[in-house]
Amino acid sequence: MKQFLVFVRKEFLHAFRDRKTLLIMFGLPIVQIILFGFALTNEVKNSKLVIVDPSRDEASQALTNRIRSSKYFDIYREAMSYAEMEAAFRSGKIKAAIVFPQDFNEQWKHLNNVQLQLITDGSDPNTGRTIQNYLTAIINDFRNDRVNNGNAQVLIHPNIRMLYNPSLEGTMNFVPGVMALVLLLVCTTLTAVSIVRERELGTMEILLVSPFKPVYVLLSKAVPYFILSMVNLSVILLLGTYVLNVPVKGSVSLLLLASALFILTCLSMGLLISTLAKTQQTAMIISMMGMMLPTVLLTGFMFPIENMPVPLQVISNIVPSRWYYLITKDVMLKGLGFSAIWKELLVLGGMTVFLLLFSLKKFNNRLS
Amino acid sequence: MISLVNISKTFNRGALKALSGISLEAKSGELFGLIGPDGAGKTTLFRILTTLMLPDSGDALINGLDIKKDVTTIRSKLGYMPGRFSLYQDLTVDENLKFFATLFGTTVRENYAQIRDIYIQLEPFKNRRAGKLSGGMKQKLALCCALIHRPDILLLDEPTTGVDAISRKEFWEMLARLKADGITIMVSTPYMDEANLCDTIALIDQGRILSIDTPGNIVRNYPRPLYAFKAKNLYRLQQDLRLHENIHSCFAFGEYLHVSFRDESAVSLPVMAKWLEENGHQEIILKNQTPVIEDCFIDLLKH
Repeated sequence: MKQFLVFVRKEFLHAFRDRKTLLIMFGLPIVQIILFGFALTNEVKNSKLVIVDPSRDEASQALTNRIRSSKYFDIYREAMSYAEMEAAFRSGKIKAAIVFPQDFNEQWKHLNNVQLQLITDGSDPNTGRTIQNYLTAIINDFRNDRVNNGNAQVLIHPNIRMLYNPSLEGTMNFVPGVMALVLLLVCTTLTAVSIVRERELGTMEILLVSPFKPVYVLLSKAVPYFILSMVNLSVILLLGTYVLNVPVKGSVSLLLLASALFILTCLSMGLLISTLAKTQQTAMIISMMGMMLPTVLLTGFMFPIENMPVPLQVISNIVPSRWYYLITKDVMLKGLGFSAIWKELLVLGGMTVFLLLFSLKKFNNRLS
Repeated sequence: MISLVNISKTFNRGALKALSGISLEAKSGELFGLIGPDGAGKTTLFRILTTLMLPDSGDALINGLDIKKDVTTIRSKLGYMPGRFSLYQDLTVDENLKFFATLFGTTVRENYAQIRDIYIQLEPFKNRRAGKLSGGMKQKLALCCALIHRPDILLLDEPTTGVDAISRKEFWEMLARLKADGITIMVSTPYMDEANLCDTIALIDQGRILSIDTPGNIVRNYPRPLYAFKAKNLYRLQQDLRLHENIHSCFAFGEYLHVSFRDESAVSLPVMAKWLEENGHQEIILKNQTPVIEDCFIDLLKH
């Protein structure tokens, strides 16, 4: 037991004295979370727009105020000419523009056909379309309110709401995805590399000759990375809650428990890779490159699995992060309990046992 | 005691013969040297003795324990220093020592007497990372780590390779002290001059043992008289001698050539000197030479 503790301490020393390890361990998740959370987001928040309003009457002002009060739009300027609006588009300062007709209020009162021009920046079609939808929704809302107040007629207006992510916030799905991706990459890579390093440096020869059992070598390698990964997970969760506003809706302890299981799966995957790779570089490439692509593609957070060709759907079943992603989505975003995720937990547990047994069997107590 | 009987090992499915039929015996409390060039099979032999590899055929016993069956017992009795510096470069001297002490189920304090002589030299650097030590210091630390659990048998794979001359000398002095403590030591080296410091040596090349004996006996058994030749132009001297029909061997050793003749009765040093003078050599010195281990090694290689 004392040997085990000393070994674990040694692994911590390795981890803390190697800047590269620390950078991978804690830099990667923070960068990923921030990248996915902010830079790669496809949601529209605080988009700047201009209002061209030659009429400046009661109705146009009311609509302008309503847009202004929405958190999705900031009014960059008002009452500009066409030319000014175009210049603002060109310089990229604004994403959209609303052009009122000369006699907006008159049209509103006397015609049943009100004209309004809505212009968006098409150079980023996805964002453009989203902004268009948002603005249309605001305008429709506005029209309905007005019509209702005048009691002219009751219009049936479909009230569309997206469950779990009412404002289609992209970051919500990204947080569980990044958690799955980062934990898988970090745990697998670090475990694999740390074992292969012993072999490459020749220290494994001494470890094997010592009375310390090879199985314990593997276990004591896994413990520090398990603990560091749990710390890592907490960092991601805190970042998610306080920086990206994606709190854990369900039970935090259930999420931590499921994550612990997933980390174990990844660690045993790292063990397996370490028994296959001869050099640290190979181990790094297998675990970084070999894991990165399937994880990103087949986990489901970038591309929905249901839309994939059947063979890929089948393959995605053996990607552990796919199951973990389902668990985190259920617990974090939907606030579901154990009954909703026990199947996924079972799959992860099975994978862990299989990987562990397989790599222990492959781990030689001699030099091959 | 270490005894090997007919140990063979091949790699790449038999394509590479690392060891072919090695038999040797190192008595208890003996300093046994494996002398041979790189690729002779020394490291493979050590890996078999440390139970890290299984031989293809043959048997080996360490203190009466079978290397194939009694793996765990043997491992606890061995101190092993692999060829490369195999400690943790990012841990300090003290941390390395404590780690290996604990790993072998002991403490530094408990066995301090065993390593004191060596550790005293390391003490000023005890908080330095092992990777930042000089070559000689690294080897001393590695030796400390290998000794920390009071092994009965010490296996050292090329401990002095890449170490400066003074540190090499110090290292061999340490081995002599350990031998005096009754530890059986098997050490390999590519340096022929270190052979004289061993009790028994095995000259080994390409997985075969050329000769096993005490260094003195090996030198004594050199089959013919040996001479040392020197001239102003050593290179041309060697070229010319090798063309002489009565020359058996001619190799450069520092500033001299070690020369032996096929037919001792047909030549004498004055005759040779005259012949060389006629061939335009200057500052000729010819004298008798006692053979050294390397002469024996080269001679044995010819058979």
